[in-house]
Amino acid sequence: MTDETSDQPSDQKTDQTKKEIAVTSDDVSAEVSADGAAPAEAPAAARLSGGDPDRKADEPDETSADGKSSAQKYAIEMTDVKKSFDGGKEFVLNGINLQIPKGQITVIIGYSGTGKSVLLKHILGLLMPTSGSIKVSGREMTTMTEDQLTKMRQHYGMLFQYAALFDDMNAIENVMFPLREHRRKLKKSEMLAIAKERLNDSGLDPKHFNKLPSEMSGGMRKRVGLARALALDPEILVYDEPTTGLDPVLTEMVDNLIVSTHNLRKGSTSIVVSHDLYAAFRIADHIAMLDSGKVLLWGTPDDFLHSEIDLVKRFVAKGVRKELTPKEGEAELPPLKSTE
Amino acid sequence: MMRLAYMRTRAKFNEGFDQFFGSILSSIAGFITATGELVRFGWLACRSIFNSPFRRAEIISHMEFVGNKSVIIICLSGVFTGLALSYQIYLGFKLVNMTALVGPTVGLGVLRELGPVLTGLIVSARAGGAMAARLGTMRVTEQIDALEVMGVDPVQYLVSPRIVAATISMPLLCAVFDFVAMLGCWLICIGLFGIDQAAFWSRTSTYLQPYHLYEGLFKSAMFGFFFGIICTERGYHTKGGAEGVGNATNEGVVTSMVMIIIMDFFITNLINVFYKIQQLYL
Repeated sequence: MTDETSDQPSDQKTDQTKKEIAVTSDDVSAEVSADGAAPAEAPAAARLSGGDPDRKADEPDETSADGKSSAQKYAIEMTDVKKSFDGGKEFVLNGINLQIPKGQITVIIGYSGTGKSVLLKHILGLLMPTSGSIKVSGREMTTMTEDQLTKMRQHYGMLFQYAALFDDMNAIENVMFPLREHRRKLKKSEMLAIAKERLNDSGLDPKHFNKLPSEMSGGMRKRVGLARALALDPEILVYDEPTTGLDPVLTEMVDNLIVSTHNLRKGSTSIVVSHDLYAAFRIADHIAMLDSGKVLLWGTPDDFLHSEIDLVKRFVAKGVRKELTPKEGEAELPPLKSTE
Repeated sequence: MMRLAYMRTRAKFNEGFDQFFGSILSSIAGFITATGELVRFGWLACRSIFNSPFRRAEIISHMEFVGNKSVIIICLSGVFTGLALSYQIYLGFKLVNMTALVGPTVGLGVLRELGPVLTGLIVSARAGGAMAARLGTMRVTEQIDALEVMGVDPVQYLVSPRIVAATISMPLLCAVFDFVAMLGCWLICIGLFGIDQAAFWSRTSTYLQPYHLYEGLFKSAMFGFFFGIICTERGYHTKGGAEGVGNATNEGVVTSMVMIIIMDFFITNLINVFYKIQQLYL
């Protein structure tokens, strides 16, 4: 199988240097065709091959040409992550190399059964890899104790597919829950104020604040779920299949919510796991496509549109091309990408 | 020809033999695995009780559900158990003209056996089933995953308070059961059978000792502890959707009830061993 990727971005989108790198699974050497500029960081081939195998996980991060260490640039760094549930007979994740840049929206896509959910659980520290390294803001996750993992998870906010609200608590109580657990020094009135602010940020009408999840619509639940995810002011926001099963209007609302939330919280990193490529194209700064437990393609939406990989072409053809092509007399669909 | 037929029969027999013992072995292995998982889960839950923060509010809330909301059903069951048991014992004792002993006989039976066992069965069906269903629903709707992602230990937040609440509530409910069962016994003995009130109380206070009550309360606390672990474990590890929740509830309740009856025998024996040791050395 042929793997292809574009270079990871620098923080300034305008400085982004586009490169096409083709890597075969057997041969880790890469063909880099940059437009004359020297790569600003380690070549993508090194990432795809898992980097220097002799380098220990807890060694200090290398500093790239722009003066930033990888911990400053990437929220999540996964190196040669493998996961098997049957003692090594079959690998669900088969050498994932992925670097998720800080402060941007990254969408992870792929067909069903390609390992998206397992990858997500690794990112959240709910599953540990059979081998490989996962770093969160430069800290190695695989060697953390359960207590350290619990503390680390406080830096995450997650919106579940069906919001996963506590059904015996109303909207306000749901949002206050993480505060009650982790900000015990706050007064109840302060928690209430924060919860109301988060609910307002996520666009929930105050008249629904005291409703139980069973009394809310799908869209309202998503808003409350997002407010709860934001309660602790997390550095990394994770969205698990946020638009699956929603009607087109609600899908667009959720997409808008993701982008507006991201724009509102400067510096936060958003990771969206989805198989809705159309939504991915509207919201993503970068997209990673998984196939057979590997990253098949990592790049910008443009890289996906122009990719020559057969699987990507088919995925894009089914998911995006028709919808992105404006019909006669229609205005072109405006992108929703985050503003830097 | 005969030999060929013999060989085929032999091969079929061997195959059947292998399958039979294979299924027995896999059942034993499954039982050991399930028991090991239950013990591990119980240990985790017990250890989590002492972790910070202490979940006092959750414990009280679950005690209200397990204890307070079971009082009516326990009272109804208790009073009719006392009535029915007294009636049967009265009919038997009347043959040998020993009706004055109905009170202590019912008292001993209720305090030592029927009180804890029936309370255990009733409460495990009501509250244990609800625990398994609640946790199962939380599992399939990703609420437990949400807790983990929020950095909250789900075992400490959801399981430990329920086990503590069941362990504390059960002796209280058992005491209520004992009281109303004896009340039923007194009503029927005095009101219907015309047993002399003085004789009833005199014999009852002679033969019933406080340790009979403690024995029953200890048993019921153990039953509460174990049905708490069993039902929460089933619910916590629910797989699948609504069907999974139904199966978890069913398995939790059935396993708890069977375990209560089995454990009753062993705990009774253990208590007797304890009494013998006490007599020998104290």
